[in-house]
Amino acid sequence: MLNEVISIFAECLEKSTDEIKGIDEFRDYKEWDSLAYLSVIAAIDDKYNHVVPLEDFRSCRTVNALAEYLETHVDK
Amino acid sequence: MSLLHFTNIGITALSAVVPSKVINNLDYTHFMSTEEVATVVKMTGIAKRRFADGNTCSSDLCIAAAERLFSECGVDRSEIDFIIFVSQTPDYRTPPTSMMIQNRLRLSKDVGSFDINLGCSGYVYGLANAFLYASQPTIRKVLLLNGETKSKAYSTKDKSTSLLFGDGATATIVEKTDYTNPTFVSLKSDGAGFRHIIMPGGGYRKQSSLETLQEKTYEDGSIRTEEHGSMDGAAVFNFTITEVPSDIKDLMQKANIGWDEIDYFVPHQANKFITDHIAKKFKVPPEKLLYSLHKYGNTSSASIPLTLVSELGDSATDNKFKVLLSGFGVGLSWGNVITELNRCRIAKVSDYTS
Repeated sequence: MLNEVISIFAECLEKSTDEIKGIDEFRDYKEWDSLAYLSVIAAIDDKYNHVVPLEDFRSCRTVNALAEYLETHVDK
Repeated sequence: MSLLHFTNIGITALSAVVPSKVINNLDYTHFMSTEEVATVVKMTGIAKRRFADGNTCSSDLCIAAAERLFSECGVDRSEIDFIIFVSQTPDYRTPPTSMMIQNRLRLSKDVGSFDINLGCSGYVYGLANAFLYASQPTIRKVLLLNGETKSKAYSTKDKSTSLLFGDGATATIVEKTDYTNPTFVSLKSDGAGFRHIIMPGGGYRKQSSLETLQEKTYEDGSIRTEEHGSMDGAAVFNFTITEVPSDIKDLMQKANIGWDEIDYFVPHQANKFITDHIAKKFKVPPEKLLYSLHKYGNTSSASIPLTLVSELGDSATDNKFKVLLSGFGVGLSWGNVITELNRCRIAKVSDYTS
């Protein structure tokens, strides 16, 4: 799951996967903005057919946290 | 459950009017940088919009649109028995605008009329009401008017809204038909999200005052007063991609209809990223997904009929199109319609100058 989430961030933020680590607080990326948010939510929905509720997404600070959240909320 | 079903009623004529002033979004750089604007335009697909001048209200645009039905579509004004005006930019806070429209269109005092205060779901809600009134034996034609001058309601210095909205109006005739036209409509509400699209000041919860007219700077750098509209884009996006696809799925199931039978999917023209995402979920082929937002932006409740007028044009006159119309937004509220445009007379989009 972590690798999949890293791929999603890489694609949405136009970064290389090497630049993204599980411990990163993704809101600190210079590419992060409100449009990046939409891209990430849409990409997760495309891949897992699940829209992450806003409050759940807000509680995920790191890439790891989002991967863990998805681990328990989507059918793989 | 708010699921409506109609037969032998349909949309028989459509027209649309937009202000002549064109706003080219890529040049709309008085507040955001050229790069920021380009990124937003790429995502929303909204390249151009129309802005009304200081003298033009939604009602003026709606009246011009209604006159197009009379002059171009052969609609006889004396057959109109009901007017529904859907707008969030009325002439006055009171009285309602629909009665003034009755008078200005020189319609009989026997015509019933009312306003509906709704935004982006307003075409679906308006149509549902138009179909309900048209089902009465004494009512011949319902004139449904959808008009907005949202350019006057939002701050030009708001990063989340200043590049989205355009002005425009449409007129729709709903009446009994000699063809069956099974029509299905869903209407939904979720007031828990009322703050997501809101003009917080100037109503009766927080009356107009020096404070509500004071410009404030928000976290993202946007500047607006409490009497400007505001939108939480992230929350609205989540709401839309969660609720709208599931409602479409339910309605199609209840109507017992598949995507292969739908000729056109016409979503509210909110922003291309959202509607492409919804269409992709259902694997809607691009030729069935209609857009006019690149020309007119998000015109709130007028956006669905404006798209029908602008994109179908004459082709509707001799054809039968099964359409799925999807509205969603302020309230929060949303709804979908499955209906048929059967030899519908459409007058082409007309420019308005006051």
